[in-house]
Amino acid sequence: MNYQVNDKGYYGEFGGAFIPEMMYPNIEELRREYMSIIHSYDFRQEFISLLKHYVGRPSPLYFAKRMSEHYQSNVFLKREDLNHTGSHKINNTIGQILLAKHLKKKRIIAETGAGQHGVATATVCALMGVQCVVYMGALDVKRQAPNVKKMRMLGAEVIPALSGNQTLKDATNEAMRDWINNPVDTHYIIGSVVGPHPYPDMVARFQSVISEEIRWQLDEQLGRELPTRVIACVGGGSNAAGAFYHFLEDEAVELIGVEAAGKGISTPDTAATLTLGTPGVLHSSHSYLMQNEDGQITEPYSISAGLDYPGIGPLHAHLFKTGRGKYLWATDEEVLQSALLLTRKEGIIPALESAHALAALEKIKLQPEDVNIINLSGRGDKDMETYLDYFGY
Amino acid sequence: MNNRINQLFQEKDKNILSVYFTAGYPELNDTVTIIQELEKNGVNLIEIGMPFSDPVADGPVIQNSSLIALKNGMSVKKLFEQLQNIRKTVKIPLILMGYLNPVLQFGVENFCKKCQEVGIDGLIIPDLPLNEYLSEYKSLFEAHQLHNILLITPQTSDERILQIDAESSGFIYMVSSSSTTGMKQSVAKYQTEYFERVNRLGLKNPQLIGFGISNHETFQNTCKYAGGAIIGSAFVKALEGELTLNERISGFVKTIVNPE
Repeated sequence: MNYQVNDKGYYGEFGGAFIPEMMYPNIEELRREYMSIIHSYDFRQEFISLLKHYVGRPSPLYFAKRMSEHYQSNVFLKREDLNHTGSHKINNTIGQILLAKHLKKKRIIAETGAGQHGVATATVCALMGVQCVVYMGALDVKRQAPNVKKMRMLGAEVIPALSGNQTLKDATNEAMRDWINNPVDTHYIIGSVVGPHPYPDMVARFQSVISEEIRWQLDEQLGRELPTRVIACVGGGSNAAGAFYHFLEDEAVELIGVEAAGKGISTPDTAATLTLGTPGVLHSSHSYLMQNEDGQITEPYSISAGLDYPGIGPLHAHLFKTGRGKYLWATDEEVLQSALLLTRKEGIIPALESAHALAALEKIKLQPEDVNIINLSGRGDKDMETYLDYFGY
Repeated sequence: MNNRINQLFQEKDKNILSVYFTAGYPELNDTVTIIQELEKNGVNLIEIGMPFSDPVADGPVIQNSSLIALKNGMSVKKLFEQLQNIRKTVKIPLILMGYLNPVLQFGVENFCKKCQEVGIDGLIIPDLPLNEYLSEYKSLFEAHQLHNILLITPQTSDERILQIDAESSGFIYMVSSSSTTGMKQSVAKYQTEYFERVNRLGLKNPQLIGFGISNHETFQNTCKYAGGAIIGSAFVKALEGELTLNERISGFVKTIVNPE
């Protein structure tokens, strides 16, 4: 089975580039150029060097001893939370800012939900001295205030998206409108494996460093490259795509994505797109969506702003449809408990997004000999207020 | 294919006025009245907007009208019900304009069938690009006598304009500037250079210019370079106000065509 994108930009029936003509020149330029740029010697040298010396890669693969005792199985954490800016998002923004430089773009735009991608984008723009505009849902601007301040300190302009529910989907709409209105000199750094081809493939490639490292790190520690399973949270699905990427063809490795069920999959307050959604086109890609019978996109909900998105990347739609990936869900309540468990067992406060992956350990029948990799995609600093409110410290 | 759109361009090759409105706005059941009044006031072609929750190619005015239309209860199904008898009273060409996802959920074939049944002449689906149209949709649209109208912009290369001209029919929608709808209010110099560039290509399809046409002056200016022009946001904005719906429509069309 082939899980890579085909030359038309599709993963099976999912993906494509359903773009208005106004975006065609930019998307076509990317489609034509991205592979030769990211495989060029200059690009590789600079990308690898920045990941090592600036981001702090490789991120540790940490055997979580007390978590393993608790679950009577082997739990490893891939520590993306230790990256510069606190999450996996920087892997992609480093890649895209270098790409933008090769394409001679002078202005960067981005969308952000929790603000992690916004901060990662503002960071690389500061690093390269490029103008940066970040669109963020007005509601998220309020609930993620520390990240907004960080972006502004980094020199980015943060524009609140006032349409719709004022969250990630609306920020994405505004970023696309900006690109339509600024067709020359601007590059749009999409933060996940969503959007028109070639973004899902390009972002997955930049994030694939995660699974590349897991393979040799596991070999180093256990003398084997393949774990029993890899578990990652999915909103748009970029950290999961990166953690799965180099295991896609190794069918013995279970790939498990965990969606945000919000208040529960039988309530309207949920973001479990694969569990509840149906196929359609949003943000220029054919994938699963949360929508009503008229094809209007419905508003998702999750306690974690980074998973609060009504779509999912086409790679995950394909893995779901073919059965290569298994997609579970976790509620806000379960996630908060899992976050506290990790904090108390290992002294690591995870991001709410990443705690969804941890919550899956409660839902899978684990064997003592299993090797479970949790992609700990981000750290919990940005979520302290939510944690403190809930646990009442 | 030869339908009302072709007949319009055969009879009139200058100063064609096409007007866009969002179905279900300002009130759910205004659709038929707006179409009839536009025709009565001399508008040549109407684009009926099917509202979508996430209209990425649209500016604030059409975003807002779409949101209200959806709140009012508009849907593709509802729109076809409203248009069921439209051809008993209206003769001018009618186009449906909207985003792909609601059409997909209605079922593309079923959608085309309904269009033909109620008397729709063409479709404008901004997020259905040329390559997807050719591989999946063209034969269905043509089988139901529906012109697919494609957009070009100042950034579109000559080569691609010629390709779009070869593969589409009805007319070509020339987006006047690189923008979302309703963002610019004037026609700049680089735009006239683009209009002249398109004119020199000698396309088989006639062209209408849209985006940023909001008053008599911009209408007159753009009509010099194409068969006519399309007004959207400015009309949608004009639908708010104190007067009756009929007065607002006749007043608006008059300011565009004949302001004295």
